[in-house]
Amino acid sequence: MEIKLKINGISKDITIKEGEYLQSALKRLGFLNVRKGCETGSCGLCTVLLDGKPTLSCSTLAVRGIKKEITTLEGESVEVAKFAEVLTDEGADQCGYCSPGFTLTVIAMKRELESPTTDEIKHYLTGNLCRCTGYMGQLRAVKKYMEVK
Amino acid sequence: MGYVGKGIKKIDGMGLIKGASSYTEDIALGHNYLTVKLLRSPHAFARIKKIDTTIASKIEGIECILTYKDVTDKRFTLAGQSFPEPSPHDRRILGEYVRYVGDEVAIVAGTNEETVLKAMKLIKVDYEILEPVLDFEKAIDHKSIIHTEKPYTSFNFGNEHMRNIAAQDLLVEGDVEEELAKSDVVIEHSYHTQAQIHGMMENYIAVTYMDFQERMNIISSTQIPFHVRRHVSKILDIPRSKIKVIKPRVGGGFGGKQTAPMEIYPALITKVTGKPAKLVYNRKETHTCTTTRHEMKLTVKLGATKDGIINAVDIHGLSNTGAYGEHAWTVFSVVGQKTLPMYRAKARRFYGEVVYTNMTTAGAFRGYGATQGTFALESAVNELAKKLDMDPSVIREKNLVKQGEVNPTLNSFVGEKSIVLDSSTLDECITRGKEMIGWDKKYPMQMLSPTKARGIGMAVTMQGSGIHGIDTASATLKLNDDGFYTLLVGVSDMGQGCDTVVAQMAAEILCVPVSKIIVNSTDTDVNPYDPGAYASSGTYVTGNAVIKAANLMVEKIVAGASKILDISEEDIEFNGDSLLLKDGKEISLDEIAYRLVAYEGQNQIITTGTWGGHTSPPPFIAGFAEVEVDLETGKVEMIDYAAVVDCGTVINPNLARIQVEGGVAQGIGLALFEDIKHDTKGKMISDTFMQYKIPSRCDVGDIRVEFKPSFEHTGPFGAKSIGEVVINTSAPAIADAVANATGVRIRTLPITPEKVLMGMLNTKHSN
Ligand code: FES
Ligand code: FES
Repeated sequence: MEIKLKINGISKDITIKEGEYLQSALKRLGFLNVRKGCETGSCGLCTVLLDGKPTLSCSTLAVRGIKKEITTLEGESVEVAKFAEVLTDEGADQCGYCSPGFTLTVIAMKRELESPTTDEIKHYLTGNLCRCTGYMGQLRAVKKYMEVK
Repeated sequence: MGYVGKGIKKIDGMGLIKGASSYTEDIALGHNYLTVKLLRSPHAFARIKKIDTTIASKIEGIECILTYKDVTDKRFTLAGQSFPEPSPHDRRILGEYVRYVGDEVAIVAGTNEETVLKAMKLIKVDYEILEPVLDFEKAIDHKSIIHTEKPYTSFNFGNEHMRNIAAQDLLVEGDVEEELAKSDVVIEHSYHTQAQIHGMMENYIAVTYMDFQERMNIISSTQIPFHVRRHVSKILDIPRSKIKVIKPRVGGGFGGKQTAPMEIYPALITKVTGKPAKLVYNRKETHTCTTTRHEMKLTVKLGATKDGIINAVDIHGLSNTGAYGEHAWTVFSVVGQKTLPMYRAKARRFYGEVVYTNMTTAGAFRGYGATQGTFALESAVNELAKKLDMDPSVIREKNLVKQGEVNPTLNSFVGEKSIVLDSSTLDECITRGKEMIGWDKKYPMQMLSPTKARGIGMAVTMQGSGIHGIDTASATLKLNDDGFYTLLVGVSDMGQGCDTVVAQMAAEILCVPVSKIIVNSTDTDVNPYDPGAYASSGTYVTGNAVIKAANLMVEKIVAGASKILDISEEDIEFNGDSLLLKDGKEISLDEIAYRLVAYEGQNQIITTGTWGGHTSPPPFIAGFAEVEVDLETGKVEMIDYAAVVDCGTVINPNLARIQVEGGVAQGIGLALFEDIKHDTKGKMISDTFMQYKIPSRCDVGDIRVEFKPSFEHTGPFGAKSIGEVVINTSAPAIADAVANATGVRIRTLPITPEKVLMGMLNTKHSN
């Protein structure tokens, strides 16, 4: 079926298959860094923002994106660049495969939480798995980015 | 020193985080790839009696279906190791027998996924089901023989296929029995380490196509591009000169991508059809149809005096390689190589067998046997300390091998001469780690409340740096016409940051900022040979090659300048940016670079350094864990982990620290959560991240890292490796912390709440 999705502020027409998930629809539209790591809603790699809320696009039907603001990494380039600076400064970037979903979640968290505690940060991000870094460096970078101790 | 020792950003970091197209799936666009999928065995062990693809082949859009009748019966191994591979050649592309649930039965290629899936359902396979071997302790001399045909082996590593033995090993020094007999105390326990899933975030993916020169191009997320080229050439009978392997950014590997479990299938489809082909493993296939860590049972005997001097270390191992023998012998031998040299015993021995079973194949995994060996040996040492009523850090102080000492098992191979331990600050690592964790205050445990106990525990370990006498890497430097350099290396950065580390080393010698060095590590046509990213070799082996190339570059620039300027070499001083001439003139590198390549100089400077080591100097780590155990449920929570590492000179402290944090966390997974479950017929049921739990950020507690650098004379700028050693101490340190908190010693990983609780209940009952 034909649907309209508004992605990063721009409306796009797309033909989707029955039961198609947002992740695969976005990928087909060329948003390559909407990645997939698990297919079971467990890893957070596929996270995009739906009306500003981190959402697992691998387990959200594409039709759920209709009439919503869908934001991928490309749509947040300013914040992404800022976060990338602190993350790389910390050396907390390894293979980078988890980072689009993780970065979008961090950006959403910054808008949602005011001076969160370490536990609140961990809790917010717990659905974003990373097999490389051991999370400590990410936490240090997130704190710098959020400007909390 | 300007660039070595600095926490320089990863050179690919900004691009990766900003989402640049860089992984295999991002760059393998266009081409109208055929979708390739593999029909897999539902049985753990079976013979294909009949396979009928006639109906499936008729489906519109199906391009090609191959079964074992259509492919060569050549045998091979998919392990990524230097030739001749020390793994048995016991695989076929497709065979009449299937040896685990998931083994390949047919290769199906068609225009899209739906078509291929439809065709797969219509392939009729008639199986003769055979009795599988599912318990690795019963594999030897089981009535089912998994490989009845003798595999080719490049040398004798004890393959007795008719007994289901893939390999055997023996490493011995001194008279173990005699030393045990003389000892005041002997302890003996068996430890079980489970198979583990790499769980890298990027699944396996490979695409293939014929290019305009009719060469097979393979883009693959791999740690071993050069070995992939060799495999594909041998297996599919394509001249090596007709194969190009491209390795883009890799989304994690951890040794999983040191085996090439899937490249041959799309390559074969491209060979047969002439068309581009793409094979992507889904998460389930990544977990079940590639490789895992070798499951092992290790029985450790320690003999000691009552003052805690260890006389003898004796380890018997049994390792489960699953259906095929990838890395079977090498992983197993590393168990002995990285445990026996740790303690200064008069006699030591490691021996045992690696067996075939009808399970997912095991292979390389960060730590590579040292992880399993460390869990067993360090647990045993902690148990010995208990028995002698001694502080475990004291028993280590008395026995650990020290810098400057000669050690007969340090050189890994039987019959080689003893070597001196050139660099080790392990003693300082222990002292510092104790301070960090608050050992003297907290050991062995504290009660927080009637139901919450906190315990602390420790372990130490070593690894190697590259494989001595085998691993040899090259690096090529090119001075470009505009005065910047290209550094070509064959090692694979899969996130660990080796591209950055080698750039730092080159920058240090060439006296230019890292930004003036472009690292290229993508392509077997262009890059010099390197065995790949494994055996902790990137910094140490490739790094040494880079240093050679860079020193040569400096020499050649000066020589080249001397020629065009007609000044003697002694009168030229090179400072990186420019050449200072004796007469006070200064010529910029940019200018010299241009004049050298142009008509005037006719001298494009390209230098290559090749390096292989005679030793594999061990990095060390001391790990200290603090856990909190809920005495009512047995749940173990990570509170704190202090890791102190000696990796020689720390080339990039930021990247090194993340390596440690990541490795410790992966070890915490092994210790507490990661568990592969099978059903009674041998099918893996924990085949997704839903059931197979890797640690999340709420599971790892605090991981704190420090370094105690030593100076390794054979290392680049004194460096040793770091990638693998860091995973090894988590499990034994945590097991000891749990034992100290609860009195329950868990010898079978993972340490689940159930085991802890049952242990506590059983102790209560027996009291
Ligand atoms: S791919 Fe969506 S959560 Fe893992
Ligand atoms: S950096 Fe590799 S998974 Fe997070």
